[in-house]
Amino acid sequence: MKKIVCFLSLALVLSACGDKKEKKDGAGAMTGTIQIDGSSTVFPITEAVAEEFRSEQPDVKVTIGVSGTGGGFNKFSRGETNLSNASRPIKDKEIAICKENNINYIELEVAYDGLAVLVNPENTWVDSFTVEELKKIWEPSAQGTIMKWNQIRPEWPNEEIHLYGPGVASGTYDYFTEAVVGKSGSSRGDFTASEDDHVLVQGIAGDKFSLGFFGLAYYEENKDKLTLIGVNNGAEVVKPSLQSVKNGTYTPLSRPLFIYVNSTSVKSPEVVEFVNYYIDNAGELATDVGYIPLPADLYAKQKESFKTFVENNK
Amino acid sequence: MPDFSYFKLSYMRKIKELIIEKSLLASALITIAVTIGIILVLSIEAVQFFSEVSIFDFFTDTQWTPLFTEKHFGILPLLSGTLLTSFIAIAVALPIGLTISIYLSEYAPRNFRKTVKPLLELLASIPTVVYGFFALIVVTPFLQEFIPNLAGFNSLSAGIVMGIMIIPYISSISEDALHAVPASLREASYGMGATKLQTAFKVIVPAASSGIIVSIILAISRAIGETMIVAIAAGQQPRLTLDPTVPVETITAYIVQVSLGDVQHGSLEYRTIFAAGITLFVFTFLLNTISYRIRKKYQEKYE
Repeated sequence: MKKIVCFLSLALVLSACGDKKEKKDGAGAMTGTIQIDGSSTVFPITEAVAEEFRSEQPDVKVTIGVSGTGGGFNKFSRGETNLSNASRPIKDKEIAICKENNINYIELEVAYDGLAVLVNPENTWVDSFTVEELKKIWEPSAQGTIMKWNQIRPEWPNEEIHLYGPGVASGTYDYFTEAVVGKSGSSRGDFTASEDDHVLVQGIAGDKFSLGFFGLAYYEENKDKLTLIGVNNGAEVVKPSLQSVKNGTYTPLSRPLFIYVNSTSVKSPEVVEFVNYYIDNAGELATDVGYIPLPADLYAKQKESFKTFVENNK
Repeated sequence: MPDFSYFKLSYMRKIKELIIEKSLLASALITIAVTIGIILVLSIEAVQFFSEVSIFDFFTDTQWTPLFTEKHFGILPLLSGTLLTSFIAIAVALPIGLTISIYLSEYAPRNFRKTVKPLLELLASIPTVVYGFFALIVVTPFLQEFIPNLAGFNSLSAGIVMGIMIIPYISSISEDALHAVPASLREASYGMGATKLQTAFKVIVPAASSGIIVSIILAISRAIGETMIVAIAAGQQPRLTLDPTVPVETITAYIVQVSLGDVQHGSLEYRTIFAAGITLFVFTFLLNTISYRIRKKYQEKYE
């Protein structure tokens, strides 16, 4: 007990020291509030950036909502938020509302998101999937009915199909269901669902008749135990890779992620500071939370265009 | 004066006795209070659950998908997972455990028995998470050599390893029961010209049957409540099946899964934990009651 108390007080002292130091280091401490809303997919990156930013500028309050990309743009186009997280580009209808309300904005790409569809290395029959086939397997009505491989393609074996996927609390699950089934958060329920991607790796790696999906990052770590399956994007069969995710040929299971900043907000120095900090650190933090960073020159380009945008709106 | 001091001493002693008595009572009451508290919490949350989900669906629906779009609240897939893994465990532990107990009690030299019995009991003290990974990483790949279609998560290897874990429950308690059979019965049997084998199986085992049955029921109870092994090695897919080669989910594994996720407190999904928990509780409670009854009934018969 004495030990624990000792430890706690030591921790307190240390953390107190830390705070002071950071405040001293922060060249020109800023204050203010930055309002962000939008996509839950982009949220982890923005949250990670905001957390890191807090140690640089502890007095700037960053609030991040998760209304979804559409909900975020709704508020953004009325000038209620400074930044909007988006997992798709802004729609024409939303652009029109922005114009009506005199909101000028800049679109900044921050990372890519890619999803891997995987089977066991002993699976010799699958070479690719079409999106329709994936939908047939995963949609809610498949529950209890699509149970065997040969129900998907007749030439595939008459064996039970064992499905593995992220749990409902996972953003990957939302994303996959949105891209494949058409509605976020809508899927069958009779599969091995785990928020722990290692469980999924273990399950697919040990089961000949398995099929699963999760973020590309986990495939990269377990290449030797899993077989990556290409997905037909309508024109050709493409396997996800840093390359195919970056050049946009791996659709619909990859997409760029954006943040949008409006012109009135960049008059506040803390927003400019935050966005610059975001672009500088997005690559590293995106990788940490399981996304794919843009090429370095693209980040430089984003920074450049943001700089021009700030100067034009001073 | 000495009288007074004697009085004082006995008075002190009485107070001391009283304090000891009351503290014993208090610790007994605490145990009971905790049990009642658990039952209350389970019941209250379960009642709220059953006000939203019909109890008929709960026991007849063949799908359990409370977290997904198509919500089904049928406990049967979880129950079948629990019973399947427990059945495999008992199928492994019963013959091995019983053989060990008969050997140790009737055949083994005294010294050998004294050394081996504590060693066997060590099996029960290995952390179950270790057993779980043993099943997943060692037993499953080994079994896949013989059963090529065995899934990476399956009830077979989880059940077998759980069986190994509960061997000491059966062997140790059964051995105690066999050993406690009066020597006179053994001598009488030999006197009638019976061989050692006949004595063991026709006289001693039936005489100790109450203890053996109690040991088996305790082992079943332990297997049904076991969590880590099945959560790690048996999978997390609720499936109504008796096929031991495919992933299943037990009641306990489901509770773990939901507790680890970020299900909102007070939601229907959250209450499924308590509905599943009370089902589990009813099962183990029934088993414990049965074992208690059997012990009482047979004890009277043989003593």
